[in-house]
Amino acid sequence: MNATVSRVLFALVLGLSFAPAPSHAQAGSDPAPLVFGDRAEERRFQALVSELRCVMCQNQSLADSDAQIAHDLRREILDLMHEGRSDTEIQQFLVARYGEFVLYRPRVESKTWLLWFGPLLLLLVGGYVVLRVVRLHAGRGPLPKLPPDGDDGQEW
Amino acid sequence: MAASKLGRWVPLLVFAGLAVLLAAGVWLSRNPNREALPSPLIGKPAPAFELPVLHEPGRLATLEELKGAPFVLNVWGSWCVSCRAEHPVLTKFAESKRVRVIGYNWKDEHADAVRWLEEFGNPFWMVLVDYEGRYAIDWGIYGAPETYLVDAGGIIRWKHVGPLTDAVVAGELLPALAKVEAAAEAQR
Repeated sequence: MNATVSRVLFALVLGLSFAPAPSHAQAGSDPAPLVFGDRAEERRFQALVSELRCVMCQNQSLADSDAQIAHDLRREILDLMHEGRSDTEIQQFLVARYGEFVLYRPRVESKTWLLWFGPLLLLLVGGYVVLRVVRLHAGRGPLPKLPPDGDDGQEW
Repeated sequence: MAASKLGRWVPLLVFAGLAVLLAAGVWLSRNPNREALPSPLIGKPAPAFELPVLHEPGRLATLEELKGAPFVLNVWGSWCVSCRAEHPVLTKFAESKRVRVIGYNWKDEHADAVRWLEEFGNPFWMVLVDYEGRYAIDWGIYGAPETYLVDAGGIIRWKHVGPLTDAVVAGELLPALAKVEAAAEAQR
């Protein structure tokens, strides 16, 4: 019981320490926050920008980044949404200007085949190797009988 | 027996494979500018724009009027520390008068930009002003400094992200410019 409580507490503390920074950290540097028409639009916007990589600070998504260019791009994306462009069109807009790099999920095409199917290939190769090893050992038959004098383990 | 002898080499082979991968990673990361994104606009028409000119209030410059001869477009801002660092290199290049060097004053304040050029010297044939950053997105600009080479037909031929150095000018910009000039010569 006590252990459960402390475990839950520990999980809570751990969870809180990894929670995203409070949004006021952003507010000061954003001169004019984006205004959304409704919740659905905001959700669509957030889903879209979290799939896009910030070009300046390359380990953050466009949603998380505080770089000036990220502000500009977020504004541009919202404008494009207001113009009635689809998500795919907006992604295409950014790829045409900044390259495939902006997509966290690269598109499946000939030059990204290795990226997409490489892990599967590795798995197959690994599976084959394991199979070979197992077969090899199975082929040897049962382990040799221990000598009758019973000094098992002595050679180790 | 032969199989198990071969099997003994497997760990070594795996290790050698990993070592090669590691070496390749180190080799690939030798470029200090490796975080620069390759521009998808190379070989494509430069995006059209209509932008104010810093020293000529009321005038709007367009891409069309710049076509007919190659030009170098340098993205800078008075807030940009690396722009200050590349300024002597850019000035030396501009003073060779081989090609028009056009400034792209990005995300700046008019007074700051004018003061910066007065203080450090103005190497630019013309300075375009984009304080909103609207056309910068079309150009795929994501920081300053960035430098483009556009040929006489308005096609982007080369781009450099980060400050220009003498090595970059001599090793990349001048050869790219020579190619652009040769192509224009051949068309004539």
